[in-house]
Amino acid sequence: MSTNEWPLWEVFIRSKQGLNHKHVGSLRAPDATLALENARDVYTRRSEGISIWVVESVHIHATDIDDAASFFEPSDSKIYRHPTFYEVPDGVKHM
Amino acid sequence: MQESALFEYVLRLSDDSLILAQRLGEWCGHGPILEEDIALTNISLDLIGQAISLYDLAAAIEGKSRTHDQLAYLRYENEYKNVLLVEQPNGDFAMTLLRQFFFDAFRLPLYEALMQSPVEQLAAIAAKSVKETRYHLKHSSEWVIRMGDGTEESHQRSQAAIDHLWRYTNELFYEDAHDHALQAAGKVPSMAEMQAKWMATVTSVLQEATLEIPKNNWKFDGGREGRHSEHMGYILSDLQYMQRAYPNMEW
Repeated sequence: MSTNEWPLWEVFIRSKQGLNHKHVGSLRAPDATLALENARDVYTRRSEGISIWVVESVHIHATDIDDAASFFEPSDSKIYRHPTFYEVPDGVKHM
Repeated sequence: MQESALFEYVLRLSDDSLILAQRLGEWCGHGPILEEDIALTNISLDLIGQAISLYDLAAAIEGKSRTHDQLAYLRYENEYKNVLLVEQPNGDFAMTLLRQFFFDAFRLPLYEALMQSPVEQLAAIAAKSVKETRYHLKHSSEWVIRMGDGTEESHQRSQAAIDHLWRYTNELFYEDAHDHALQAAGKVPSMAEMQAKWMATVTSVLQEATLEIPKNNWKFDGGREGRHSEHMGYILSDLQYMQRAYPNMEW
């Protein structure tokens, strides 16, 4: 049996209501065309989407879990960056 | 005459869908990869959906208050009018995909033409099914191209599948008095027209796949008249087991 596996692809789907594509999972496929077809079959069987992106997983660069402290913790102590200190006037809607 | 011709015509369409769906269902849990396992069973479910609508239409034309279940599960082998192609065993992945490709390349132009039919329900079913079938053909074509133009082994297996299945392809364009009556009334397209479109698709895809059309022109038929290959009995015993063993059961 061959040990050459097809490349892994990450799948992003835009739902009917959503504006942005959301990551839904991954799959294997020999090339981009079949990755899109497989994504259609595996992830949109219950009419979940109207647009699909696939990206070969090797092209995704991710943060290192070991860097989490320096990457993310500094923002935890800066609550003034959240716009929560303002009184919203009565007339303002959709906030 | 035209009522019984239309019944026969719609029954052929539904039997093709049902038997091919049953064959594809055999891949469930056995696909070469998860993605393809789901793709094949998706196609199978599309075909079952088409068969249900078509059997309902056939039953309405017949007017003997049979249901789609009775038509699907409670007829004898010689009453099924599907082409021999769809009952052929799955074989390897190449055999399954080539069988699918030959069928899809026939079904797509047929549905496109039937969308213009003055038989309203038939035109409506064709309009709904044409989108599914367009995807089926895209899927099977992509695979035929990749297998044919792939490795030495995938090429050889694909060519072997073509050489084996070619003898069953001519029957797709079978015509008899039923067809001629409906064609004369402008209700269905001529099969010669379908064959020309089929051949154009097959030629271009096989060429891209670096696969050859067999020179051997030996042809089989019989399915449209209810004369089936030895495989059909086994399919029906699987397909009909529940309804035969537990009549009228539902789940």
